[in-house]
Amino acid sequence: MAETKTVLVHIKRQLAPDQKPYWEEFELSWRPFMNVIILLREIAERPVTREGKVTTPVAFDANCLEEVCGACAMRINGKARQACSALVDQLEQPIRLEPLSKFPVVRDLFVDRSRMFENLKRMKAWVPIDGTYPLGEGPRMAPEVQQRAYPLSRCITCGNCLEVCPQVNERSDFVGAAIINQVRLFNLHPTGAMHKRERLEAVMGPGGIHDCANAQNCVKACPKGIPLVESISEVNRDAIRQAIFGWLFG
Amino acid sequence: MRQPKIIVVGGGLAGLMATIKVAEAGVPVELFSIVPVRRSHSVCAQGGINAAKNTKGEGDSPWKHFDDTIYGGDFLANQPLVKAMCEAAPAIIDLLDRMGVPFNRTPEGLLDFRRFGGTLYHRTAFAGATTGQQMLYALDEQVRRFEAEGKVHKYEGWTFLSAVLDEQGICRGICAMDLKSMQVRTFSADAAIFCTGGIGAIFGRSTNSVVCTGSAQSALFQQGVHYANGEFIQVHPTAIPGEDKFRLMSESARGEGGRVWVPRQPGDPRPPKSIPESERFYFLEEWYPKYGNLVPRDVAVRAIHKVVFELKLGVEGQPAVYLDVTHLPRELLDRKLEGILEIYEKFLGVDPRVQPMKVFPAMHYTMGGLWIDDENQATNVPGIYAAGECEYHYHGANRLGANSLVSCLFGGMLAGPAAVRYARNLERGADAVPVSVFEREQRRQEEINERLLRQDGKENPITIWKEMGEWMTEHVTVVRYNKNLERTDQKLQELLERYRHINLSDRTKWSNQTLNFARELYNMLILARVITLGALRRNESRGAHYKPEFPERDDANWLKTTRAIYDCGNIRFEYDPVDVSLIPPRPRRYDVQ
Ligand SMILES: Cc1cc2nc3c(=O)[nH]c(=O)nc-3n(C[C@H](O)[C@H](O)[C@H](O)COP(=O)(O)OP(=O)(O)OC[C@H]3O[C@@H](n4cnc5c(N)ncnc54)[C@H](O)[C@@H]3O)c2cc1C
Repeated sequence: MAETKTVLVHIKRQLAPDQKPYWEEFELSWRPFMNVIILLREIAERPVTREGKVTTPVAFDANCLEEVCGACAMRINGKARQACSALVDQLEQPIRLEPLSKFPVVRDLFVDRSRMFENLKRMKAWVPIDGTYPLGEGPRMAPEVQQRAYPLSRCITCGNCLEVCPQVNERSDFVGAAIINQVRLFNLHPTGAMHKRERLEAVMGPGGIHDCANAQNCVKACPKGIPLVESISEVNRDAIRQAIFGWLFG
Repeated sequence: MRQPKIIVVGGGLAGLMATIKVAEAGVPVELFSIVPVRRSHSVCAQGGINAAKNTKGEGDSPWKHFDDTIYGGDFLANQPLVKAMCEAAPAIIDLLDRMGVPFNRTPEGLLDFRRFGGTLYHRTAFAGATTGQQMLYALDEQVRRFEAEGKVHKYEGWTFLSAVLDEQGICRGICAMDLKSMQVRTFSADAAIFCTGGIGAIFGRSTNSVVCTGSAQSALFQQGVHYANGEFIQVHPTAIPGEDKFRLMSESARGEGGRVWVPRQPGDPRPPKSIPESERFYFLEEWYPKYGNLVPRDVAVRAIHKVVFELKLGVEGQPAVYLDVTHLPRELLDRKLEGILEIYEKFLGVDPRVQPMKVFPAMHYTMGGLWIDDENQATNVPGIYAAGECEYHYHGANRLGANSLVSCLFGGMLAGPAAVRYARNLERGADAVPVSVFEREQRRQEEINERLLRQDGKENPITIWKEMGEWMTEHVTVVRYNKNLERTDQKLQELLERYRHINLSDRTKWSNQTLNFARELYNMLILARVITLGALRRNESRGAHYKPEFPERDDANWLKTTRAIYDCGNIRFEYDPVDVSLIPPRPRRYDVQ
């Protein structure tokens, strides 16, 4: 009988926020085009460890499975990335799965990233329209401006850029690259730009752009290839300009 | 005056739009969603949103959009609201534009439009190939602004379990569960708007997101909300099969010039690029010269089935056809289709700019959904409204590409103000309803959890789910035979019986995803029966519903809306006439000029 190929997976488990983490090992049979989601689902259907111990399914966050909702970010072989696009054949085994470490664990691989959404609030990351009643067309925009804004707008709030940032840690409340990138995005929009000043003030506040130490890990971890370093330096330049010449705009 | 309160369940495009409308009217909103709303399934919409802005000198108009939609839907949609939607669409695009959706632009700085299926006009506005994502973000940001002002309170990570109905059968709030603490709780409200999206998970694998289970719709159905046209399920012609899901390759690939073909020679082993033009069978272009690759989805799907299963011309003998964009300029591909090509490249490791993609049809969308009335998005239960993919109103027997996003927003725009009007006019608000009404519902839901956690059996919920999905996909999608539909319903009943013996592999009380899934599974099984039985009854072929035994549309007997009603554990059907007052039904033929 031909030996069946298997996949070895080590998973960091934690049943609840106040409980101790521990590791479990699983061995699954290999199939072509497997991704980490398929591994986790297979464990859910038959939650038995490699040693034959019956355990619980692994909790994890997932939704679109095509790398556009941002939900399934985790540490895979030490690297922050999306589980859905992590193909087993491209991973070294044993595959190690851990929750993102910069966010509170809810259970197993499921973390709470609500902090990111809260920070979007602080940065006023929106175009402040007067209302949804008919007010005619939006501002005209050169295709070139759209082509600059669109890639920035593809951020899926996965949190990978925060995960790899040395400045995001227990002692700091740095908002991280994703959030600063949103400041740039909204300042680029013709209507959004009318409120640029408010946003720049917020981004100069506590946990804001001053906490960036220019490690530049963020841009490498971004699954959407967003030019995060460029965004940070552009926002920084604007912030400095506002700090120095602020009274001129007032 | 009493300040009413409104609950919105679901924060995809429809739910966010409804939320904005209610908040704008000065009424507080509580917004519930399983996932953070920014991760809702709408984020997946790729191709674009329709509106007849007629910016290309083609003579397009809202009436033509309306006609295409009705004709595309094979005359099953009630017409007045569809017309209103098509008329509202251009202003909806303007609104999105004002909110900052980065739609692609023309050199003059105007919005660009591309072609989509079932129309001859450039009518689809788009933001690269991630239009839904961009729209969802824009609405999410507007809602966040209201949230910062204290007008909206979000319950993300909560799942809706049931409506709270008082003695008169009026909705007075909802019962929901916190997916972290597993706490079950009721929330009172004067009206509730449901925007809980699609039902893909009933078919096991689909192009939908994980949370698209239809569980909420099914729970409401079991509480007396009618479910209409459930049998109309859209299968999308071009998806990448995968073990965990079918990843969509949007119609926009064809809208931008992508072509579908197979080698003329069965099982041709040559790599696609080395097969000369003359030995390629562009079957959609040959069979449907006028619309070509942009025939409506049901037509394209049946053509692919014919090519693969009857003519045995699937690529390398497999169930697959080529979707080819390799002849298009790279600059265009990157500017307009990058989002989807990236998906193909990431998940298959092949660059679709260089190699034709291998695709196959997959379950994609439900035309059927919660029954709503002809003006207000109101269901038959007072106080319950619905908008978005979870309701049935706009797409008849087949939805045209890029029409869902517009129907979600239009539905949300109607539902919000309608719920506010209803809530303001209520004689007795939810606050005057005895607490016992809420306590009873909470108890009922808690007992379901307790039972599931206690239960000792041999069945695994995931196994039951997979079997349901396989049966539904095989027998209740593209081609339907009555014998198989009957067998499928028997199978579903068997699965419901086995469901009573499921054993949860997780009995903990914190963030127990297994428990939540088991609850959803029951609701999926019930809705699966609604779909299957509706299909069994409808002895005709119309839009996405195709029965070889009854190959023609039968207006004399079946120009009617299916309405499923849950009656003491039984599923009963009633039929309503369709409002065809504006465009008289005509034969639907895409193959003639
Ligand atoms: C891959 C793909 C591409 C598509 N592309 C296009 C396109 O280009 N153009 C187009 O017009 N249409 C497209 N569609 C269809 C369109 O995306 C959907 O029909 C539309 O986004 C549905 O929006 P919605 O607001 O109704 O629901 P969703 O966006 O699915 O949102 C549902 C919401 O309900 C919540 N929810 C569900 N159940 C519960 C519950 N029990 N309790 C609490 N909350 C719950 C979810 O968390 C979510 O917030 C596409 C669909 C797919 C699958």
